[in-house]
Amino acid sequence: MTKLFTTTALVAALALPTYAAQPAEGEKLAEDQSLSFWILDAIKSADPQLTSSRTDSDMIRQLFEGLMNEDETGAMIPGVAESHEISEDGLTYTFHLRDAKWSNGDPVTAGDFVYAWQRAVNPETASEYAWFMELMNIVNATAIVNGEKAPEELGAKAVDDKTLEVTLTKPTPYFLKTLSHSTTYPTPQKVIEEHGEAWTRAGNMVGNGAYVLKSHDLGVEAVLVKNDQYWDAENTIIDEVKFVTVNDQNTGLTRTLAGEIDWMNQLPAGQFPRLKEEHGDSVVAPPWACSYAYIFNLSDKGPEELKDLRVRQALSYAVDRDIIVDKILQGGQEPAYFWTHWAIEGFEAPEIEMAGWTQQERLEKAKALLAEAGYGPDNPLELTIQYNTSEDHKKLAIAVQQFWKAIGVNVTLNNYEWKVHIDRLNNQDFEVARYAWCGDYNEASTFLDYFRTDGYNQGKWSNAEYDKLLAEAATSENPAELYKQAEQILIGDMALAPAYHYSQPQYIEPSLRGAPLDNVMMSWYAKDMYRVAE
Amino acid sequence: MFAYIMRRLAVAIPTLLLLIVISFVLMHLAPGGPFSHERELPARVLANLNAKYGLDEPLWRQIVNYVYGIVVHFDFGPSFVYPDRTVNELLADGFPVTLTYGSLAFLAAVLVGVSLGVAAAIRHNSWLDYLAVGISIGAQVLPNFVMAPILVLIFTLWYRILPGGGWSFSDPSFWIMPVVALATSYMASIARITRSSMLEVLGSNHIRTARAKGMPEHRVILRHALKPAMLPVISYLGPVFVSMITGSVVIDLYFSTGGIGKAFVESALNRDYAVMMGVTILIGSLTILFNLVVDILYAWIDPKIRY
Repeated sequence: MTKLFTTTALVAALALPTYAAQPAEGEKLAEDQSLSFWILDAIKSADPQLTSSRTDSDMIRQLFEGLMNEDETGAMIPGVAESHEISEDGLTYTFHLRDAKWSNGDPVTAGDFVYAWQRAVNPETASEYAWFMELMNIVNATAIVNGEKAPEELGAKAVDDKTLEVTLTKPTPYFLKTLSHSTTYPTPQKVIEEHGEAWTRAGNMVGNGAYVLKSHDLGVEAVLVKNDQYWDAENTIIDEVKFVTVNDQNTGLTRTLAGEIDWMNQLPAGQFPRLKEEHGDSVVAPPWACSYAYIFNLSDKGPEELKDLRVRQALSYAVDRDIIVDKILQGGQEPAYFWTHWAIEGFEAPEIEMAGWTQQERLEKAKALLAEAGYGPDNPLELTIQYNTSEDHKKLAIAVQQFWKAIGVNVTLNNYEWKVHIDRLNNQDFEVARYAWCGDYNEASTFLDYFRTDGYNQGKWSNAEYDKLLAEAATSENPAELYKQAEQILIGDMALAPAYHYSQPQYIEPSLRGAPLDNVMMSWYAKDMYRVAE
Repeated sequence: MFAYIMRRLAVAIPTLLLLIVISFVLMHLAPGGPFSHERELPARVLANLNAKYGLDEPLWRQIVNYVYGIVVHFDFGPSFVYPDRTVNELLADGFPVTLTYGSLAFLAAVLVGVSLGVAAAIRHNSWLDYLAVGISIGAQVLPNFVMAPILVLIFTLWYRILPGGGWSFSDPSFWIMPVVALATSYMASIARITRSSMLEVLGSNHIRTARAKGMPEHRVILRHALKPAMLPVISYLGPVFVSMITGSVVIDLYFSTGGIGKAFVESALNRDYAVMMGVTILIGSLTILFNLVVDILYAWIDPKIRY
């Protein structure tokens, strides 16, 4: 631990290089430097502290800028903060802000960050992402959300206009990685107080990002244009970004192929192989930090049968992940034998025994385990799988039903609309349920924390050793090793049947460059992109 | 007549109140809420949200507050899912869109449907009749969720002459596909109802009399046959008009018009209580209003009806 922090202290105040994708030599820029991006749903909110949707964040990331940005590989690079220092004990972070301006010309100050962060935890704001400030372990965040302390007591202080000091309750190895999240973006107090909730409307909105909101027709399209006040406007090539809502994925694809949309980052399931063949390099499927699994209800309300480890092992072994990935999804997904997404930065995949077996071997073991647990043709195991309404979830659930039938388990499928599915999960009213988790930041703890005894953990699996490992990992020099051990415990006890790791099959217009395909978080910045002449 | 209209409007108020109470209760009975998410919100964040939106009050009090807000301030409350917007704003943004393409589709459906139906009836069992029946059956089996993608495929992907979606009040090229897709199957129903009703009227005594006294055929049709033949069509058109101008989920979904048709379904799935109530009240009021309009038209067309 000491070593980690002394090293960090040594490099303190070293300004890291900035990054903006620039055309390579010989590349000629296109006349038209506009980018239109497909979104499935209307923008719910353009307010960094109020939004809770990934789609919104994609737009907000162009309109505002946090202390840090992500580069095309997902590594953290300076945003508004030019440099930072970390104290010996890892509890105090001091950020030095660059000379940046709001789109109305006002300087971006440390006070703007303090205001925004206090706003996020203020109970009056009722931000759905207030928990993110707690996840960052900022001093007093929890007490303020609870209404026990005043927002002013948050551990984020403006030392002067250009210096922000953040204090944490405990060393948090992933802290810097949370700083590109929209909840942490600064917001302009003056403008919010002047316009109230209408401050996010085009015309009212003032941001510090590379773009400003020109117009927003809810559910149709939002148009952003280049912000001349942005500190790196000189190197910003794309001059207009459009977010086009098309609620139906197939229509979205049609409009993309018709040239109305340049970038569709979520192709309809099953279309990937055909499109890849027809459009070659424009169609890609990079990894995306989400994992899909069937979780077992191990709470008191769950079925007795699932409390037997042999049963859970048998069920997990019987799932043929290659069929799921190669025959059903067909979009570059990877079979999952553990929980954390394989492409997460610094994560070392654990050795999982079942991953090395053939499906035939897995089936035999599964049958033997079930027989050992007392189930057989005369006494078959009966279970229900719950999933939320969606063609894809349905296909997978039917496949799993068949996989389990092969080992003599009778499965009933229960389909609920999304909100009911969630409600039942949160109240432990299920036996086996489909679940997916997307990382909040690019580090394994975002996945592993889910299964902590005090995590979201809807199946209520609990293991003291696992909790201890994760607690240690938070301050460890070598967390990767601890995460690996935690995964081994998790899968050893089969708290879930992992199914697959996500990819993001997408179509990118051939002239468009700079899409961050190596960033598993899929955070993109239009300012880092450009179009070449064809 | 005036007294009748007043009476009907007076009855509308308790009807709407009942609609509000029933929808409110049903909505809150549905499992899940606007803030139930995959990652369960910490209890106190949820409590903060519930307090902000008044969801921590007993249900009867929420209903009273809601109705009070509408009656006194004409305020339909804030959206729970679009936190920067109020329901009034969402409806003010979306309704003009659906009203535009809905009315145009309605006009198109009525004009084409009635003409086809009348033409088929007066040339009964001729090629024109078969053609009209053929077209209307063809249109009937092409519901809007089939029409919409076909139109987009042809006019956006293949010919690239129409935008595949979006909306603009100043550019009618955005209106064409939504109008056609929405109008088609209604047009077919109108044509069929007109045709059969017209055939029935053409076989009736007063038409025979009119023809017997040597009245020219076009006058027989326009003066004596069309008006009574329109009665069943009009009773069909009342509710159809309301459902067309309040939008269609399918049209909004395929063409991303930003209309309120989708808002209705989406708000139900999102448990966006206030938006759902707003749209319910809007559709409810329009239904009551246009049922009244239909009844008045009835009295105007059919001298036998008196209020």
